[in-house]
Parts: sequence; structure tokens; C-alpha cells
Amino acid sequence: MPAIVSVQNLRKAYAGGFEALKSVNLDIEDGEILALLGPNGAGKTTLISTICGITVPTSGSITVGGHDTQTDFRAARKLIGLVPQEINLEPFETVFNTVSFSRGLFGKPRDEAKVEAILKQLSLHDKKDNKIMMLSGGMKRRVLIAKALAHEPQVLFLDEPTAGVDVELRKDMWDVVAGLKASGVTIILTTHYIEEAEAIADRIGVISKGEILLVQDKADLMAQMGRKQIQIELAQAVDDIPDALKSYALERADDGLSLIYSYDTTGERTGITTLLNDLQKTGLQMKDLQTRQSSLEDIFVDLVKETA
Amino acid sequence: MNFNAVWTIYIFEMRRFFRTMTQSIVSPVLSTSLYFVVFGTAIGSRIQEVEGTSYGAFIVPGLIMLTVMTQATSNASFGIYFPKFIGTIYELLSAPVSFLEIVAGYVGAAATKAMFIGVIILITSFFFVDISIAHPLAMVAFLTLTCISFALLGFIIGIWAGNFEQLQLIPLLVITPLVFLGGSFYSISMLPPIWQSITLFNPVVYLISGFRWSFFGTADVSIGLSLFAIALFTGACLAFIWWIFKTGWRIRQ
Repeated sequence: MPAIVSVQNLRKAYAGGFEALKSVNLDIEDGEILALLGPNGAGKTTLISTICGITVPTSGSITVGGHDTQTDFRAARKLIGLVPQEINLEPFETVFNTVSFSRGLFGKPRDEAKVEAILKQLSLHDKKDNKIMMLSGGMKRRVLIAKALAHEPQVLFLDEPTAGVDVELRKDMWDVVAGLKASGVTIILTTHYIEEAEAIADRIGVISKGEILLVQDKADLMAQMGRKQIQIELAQAVDDIPDALKSYALERADDGLSLIYSYDTTGERTGITTLLNDLQKTGLQMKDLQTRQSSLEDIFVDLVKETA
Repeated sequence: MNFNAVWTIYIFEMRRFFRTMTQSIVSPVLSTSLYFVVFGTAIGSRIQEVEGTSYGAFIVPGLIMLTVMTQATSNASFGIYFPKFIGTIYELLSAPVSFLEIVAGYVGAAATKAMFIGVIILITSFFFVDISIAHPLAMVAFLTLTCISFALLGFIIGIWAGNFEQLQLIPLLVITPLVFLGGSFYSISMLPPIWQSITLFNPVVYLISGFRWSFFGTADVSIGLSLFAIALFTGACLAFIWWIFKTGWRIRQ
């Protein structure tokens, strides 16, 4: 699939010298949902702000739909909708006027039917004449999404859409995102929640300290998660893996006091039974046995720790 | 040119004005009436005439200028400061609009509001004094230019201000004194010679003088100089705003 957003060697350094983004390269495919995971201060918001034109890049280039965000900013920005992290709304305006304002600002002619349709899509229609300040936090977040969708963008950035949102509303938000994807919108969302990335993303990117550490298909990551490990604790340490067990690709750990066996839970045969049988034949004494599963969280924490 | 965006900003800002319509009209009408009572009636009864015009009528252009300049500045500064304050500026910065379009929307709305209030004051003054306008077209042109230029200044203040106090600072410390000392309520020729020279450094003098000329056909300084001064001021404001958007000063990091 072609990239609808392409970020090349993007660098952002602030006046004080702080480097928020260090040579970021990222291609976002048309129609996908990409989740950007990262700890606080990783550069998620800076990356989004730079693509959307709120922050000026120090160097590098960004294209959206083939349009450079600096030299051809009008064409590029028309394709983009942004839902910011903070709830920034004009409190005294009505929902309808606020959403109409966004549509006009992005150069689209006034179209009440279109705005009403967007409000319906986000279950905001019955609140359309309410002032923003009368709405609950969850409703305000929906208004932010409605504003971002008002000009019918092809790419939607959601900066932590479910931060501080209760479980029920979070599920609602995921449904909204799924609906948008179905209508052909490319979605990039940043999140702290790994389960959120698991639930809705097609691909997952991990960002830390201004660098993209990994961008991978969720399915591939899940396959990694599907790997399990058995740790066999031995009564006596071994200097080397016994020849009889060499075919199992075991790893020595704890100075030879443990052997670790990794296997694929999705495979038909895990090889555990034969391993244990062969282990018995070598005469090694087993003290304890434990299994553990690597999670996306482990992968994430490991990746982030490596760069720390 | 994204005309839809300019129009959208303009209408959005005007709606804010019409939401508080009563206050928007009542307060200038009240303050103008007070000025007429104090300056026109109490003091005017002792001054009689200035340059062949009754004192009550003489102060009308100055009064309108005083209010229009303050209103244009405060409306425009608030208009752009408020989105900064509540955070909705992100949308302006990420929208496919150029600096010129943002300025046209906000400054256009602020200038319209100031103009509207200026006209209300003019209408109010008809109830107090006998007044005729010698050059109506020039009057409208001066009023419009003043509204726009001071709205541009207000826009700059709104971008610069980091809090509400700073938002009030320049109007209070700079504009009000300059307007009061710019011949709103007197003719410069009434001052001692040394003060007449000093006053010529006050840009507001040229605006008020030109505006008064459009009413009575007499002015403190030549009309060409007045026009030049207002053009210079507008140009300076535009140049500064262009620089703001070029560098992202105080808005885009």
C-alpha cells in the first residue's frame, strides 16, 4: 500500500537545545490504524504537532498525500484532522457552531447536513445546540473528534484520545475509530495503553526519547507474544548444554543453574514432553519448572529500557 | 486564498460581539453621554468656540476616535489572545490558512465592531450637539483606516500577551495617554509652543486631526501628513505581524 504520510529524517530541537525528535523516519500506509506507543516525553505529541503544522521542524521533510507540509501546506493540511490531547474548546459556543467553524476554517463551504451527519456519527446530535461548557468530559472529547472530522479529512491524528477516560467511554471511542477506519480514514493514535494498541491498531510503532524504535505489524508482534518460555531450574549447574539436548536450542541462564526453552504456543507440537524425557535421560536433576509468556508490554519495556 | 476560512473566523468573532450586544452598545453610549455632560456642557459653557466650532461639537471627532481606538485594540487583542488562552489556537495553526487570512478574519471583525460603536457614538452625539460633516467620504475613510490600524495593533498585543494583565497593559499605559494628549478634547494650537512641538511626536495627533478635518474642514496638521501618518502606522503593524507569522513568535515553536 502507498504511504499517505511520509516522514523523512525529521529532527526537532527546541531553542534550549532539547532534541525532541532525532531523525525520525516513518511511513504511514493509506487506510491503516497506526498506534504510537511511548512513555511520557517520548516525542509522540511533538511528532504529531510537527506533521500537523503546529510545530516547525528543525530539519527533515514530511509529505501528506504527496504534498510537502512546508512548501505545499494548504494541500497537505486539508487532508489532516487533528484531535489534540488537551480538551481545548470555546466554552460559550454551541456544539454545532464549533464544529461548523472547524469546517469553514479548513476551507469547506458551510454544509449543515454534513455537520449534522458527523454529529450523529459521534452520538452528539441531541447536544448540538448545547453550549460546550454544559457537556461532560467524554462529550467534549467527542466534540474534538467531530471538529477534526468536520472537513472530511483522509488522515486523522488522535493524540491520546482515551487519556483519563473511563473504561466504557474508551470502548465507545474504539468503536468510533473502527467506524472511521471502515469509512477509509487513515488513523494515527498515540497512547500509553498497550491494550488500546492491541485492541484497535493494525501496526504498532514504539517511540522513545525522540526515536522510533520499531514499527511492526500487530500480527507479527502478537506472534512474538505468542512465544512462551520454560525455565528449567537444575539442582547442579551445568557448564555446557548436554549433547543429548543440543537439538532443542536451549539457553543457559543463572550461571548454568537454569535452562531456558522457548517454544511457539501456536504450533501443533511444543516439544515439551520430549524435552523433559530427554532431560531425564541425561540424569540432570530438575529442581523447579516455570513457564512465562512475553507480552507486548515486555517488548515495549525492553525496547524503551535499551535506549535509557 | 481560503475565503471560507476568513469568512468563518470573521463570523465566529462577530457572533461573540452580538452575544454581548447590550453591553457592547450601552457602555459606549453611556460613556459618550458622560463626556458630553462633563466636557460639552460643564466646560464647554466656558470655552464657547474652538476654531469657529462650538466646543461640544469640536470634541465629537476626538470622542469617537478615543473610543474607536480603544475598542479596536481591545477587541482584536482579546480575539486572538482568547484562543491562545483556552488552547483552541492549535486549530488555527493546523488549518490550511495563511497568516494573511487569520489576520483578515480577526482584524476585520475587531475593526467592524469598533466601527459599529463609532457610528453609535456619532448618532448619540446628534442628540447633544449640532453637528455637520463637511467631508463624509473622508470621514468614513479615516474611521475605517483607524479601526483597521488599531485592530492590527491589538492583534500584535494579543499575540504578545502572556496573561490578561499584559493584555490590558499597552491599551492602559500607552494608547489612553496618547489619545488624551493627542488633541481629543482640545486643539493643539491652544497649547504653549514647546508642547505643540512635543505633541507632534504623538502619532494619534495626526489621526484625530485628520478625522476632525473631515467634520469641520479645519485641522491641526495638514491632511496629507495625517494620511501619511496613518499609512505609516498601518504599514508598521502589518510588517510586524508578517514577521510574527514568519518566525512563529509566541505562537509556533
